[in-house]
Amino acid sequence: MSGRAREQGSFAAYMLAAPFLGVFLLFVVVPLARAGVLALMQTYGPQDSRFVMLRNFTSLVQDPLFWRAVGNTLVFTAASVFIQLPLALGLAMLLNRPGLRGRGAYRLIFFSPQLMGLVFVAMLASIIFEKRSGLLNQALHAAFGTSLDFPWLQTFVMPTLIITTLWMYVGFNMVYFLAALQNVDQTLVEAASIDGAGPWARFVNVTLPAIRPVASFVVLLSIIGSVQLFELPYVMLNATAGPANRGLTIVMYLYQSGFETGDLGYASAIGWVLALMLVGFAAIQLRLARSEAKA
Amino acid sequence: MRSHSVSLKMWALAAHAALIPLAILTLIPFVWLLTASLKSTDDFFSSMFLPAGDGPLGIAWGDLTLEHYNRLFFELGIGRALLNSVFLSSTTAVLATLACAAGGYALAHLRFAGRGLVTTLVLAALIIPPPLLLAPTYQLLYELGMLDSYTGLILPALAPAFGVFLFRQATLQSVPRELLEAARIDGCSEIGIFFGVVLPLVRPMVGAFILITFLATWNNFVWPQVVLQTAEKFPLSVAVSQLKGVYRQDYGLLMAGTVVSVLPPAALFMLLQKEFISGLTAGAVKG
Repeated sequence: MSGRAREQGSFAAYMLAAPFLGVFLLFVVVPLARAGVLALMQTYGPQDSRFVMLRNFTSLVQDPLFWRAVGNTLVFTAASVFIQLPLALGLAMLLNRPGLRGRGAYRLIFFSPQLMGLVFVAMLASIIFEKRSGLLNQALHAAFGTSLDFPWLQTFVMPTLIITTLWMYVGFNMVYFLAALQNVDQTLVEAASIDGAGPWARFVNVTLPAIRPVASFVVLLSIIGSVQLFELPYVMLNATAGPANRGLTIVMYLYQSGFETGDLGYASAIGWVLALMLVGFAAIQLRLARSEAKA
Repeated sequence: MRSHSVSLKMWALAAHAALIPLAILTLIPFVWLLTASLKSTDDFFSSMFLPAGDGPLGIAWGDLTLEHYNRLFFELGIGRALLNSVFLSSTTAVLATLACAAGGYALAHLRFAGRGLVTTLVLAALIIPPPLLLAPTYQLLYELGMLDSYTGLILPALAPAFGVFLFRQATLQSVPRELLEAARIDGCSEIGIFFGVVLPLVRPMVGAFILITFLATWNNFVWPQVVLQTAEKFPLSVAVSQLKGVYRQDYGLLMAGTVVSVLPPAALFMLLQKEFISGLTAGAVKG
């Protein structure tokens, strides 16, 4: 390529990359840098600010609301990984039976809640879990005679959120597992079966290793999504954290600090803790995936 | 052999016996949502799904009503929010897809100073949780005078690191270098090559990414909630969730608002499902 042609190529390259580059620099790189500065400040709205250095972080450590938010978020994340994902895998294995009829229809039905955004699921769920008039208490009352006044949204906020996201995400994660299962070499499974391996042994020794890459991807996605839980509890609990902050999550506390209290600095500090948690989870997950791959 | 096929059939029966109740359980909330939006407030409290009566199937079909939808559109102006959502989602989807496709192609196939640095930054940006950028972006939009404007909502959404990364991979895999060289020798401009050669080759990814971005923008709540202040500008996600604050006991109305918000993207997904899945699997197979 001649020097002139390379120059032209490079000009055109800038033209094509410019829209992305411009926006990426202005609205990702610049805000990221400013998040670093903001975390050292206290602000009242977007204008008034003063440096407080590391005080936001020392305050966070002593802030019981923050710890409440971390605790709730971790409980929710654990439920996503240890309840929701095994159910999704189980469902995928049921659908993966050779020759099962209606697989496409089942897959679409189980996936369909995903088509509702979190806000709209929150609208629906907040009424389904209502005392007396809610569908769930009415159905449980009709079937088992339990109380119509069971306080889902008042006392059992975390279980309510977990059940709601089961409905929303089990089918979504099932799609990934099903795709992975369909690539498992059936001759290996049959060979193990001829060698006398029972269903559990076949699952642990043949199926699980084969779907491990997809499984660790799904675990990571699930953690990333769960740690950032916000609009579901926020809308379900009428723009509050619920009674006794039972529905307070990390991102909800970030939102409240930044946009209700008006301290963008404290909000940024919470944002950094969140980012740090995610990087930590990703590192642990990567290390686990690697050591398992070696073993 | 016969016993083998019998046991296969037993397995299939057992699988359906587990799957059918689960499928019904998954669909019940949708049915309840729809029926709740069509019932008068009295019937909402006296019946679980449809009001009992002496019509066909023992249901009082005549008691169903569109009053909640009437109120939404003619009293509460939900049509405005619906149009806002359509505008915001389609504009963001098309522009973000173009910006990401062009950016991803440039990162993969073109030479320019700083390409390596930008690629590293994009990879690093994949880990940033969006809430971290909420406060600084709000402050930045305030300084740029873009708060309470669609520019302030659309512009920051046009360069998702994830999108550029996807298109970088897609063009690396499905755009052969020889084809680009041949087009250059034929005298095509670089912009012409992008629209005439590159975009058609990654068409499945373009379709999938437009759909993903449309759905994500439609369902986005946090950013419009933070950036917009004027009620006339709210998309459905914010407008409908605010109805909840005002009409907390008006369940039929709230469910009708939810139906209005959920139907358009669901219909779009069903229409484009084939395109969407072929786009995803094309990426997966070649990956």
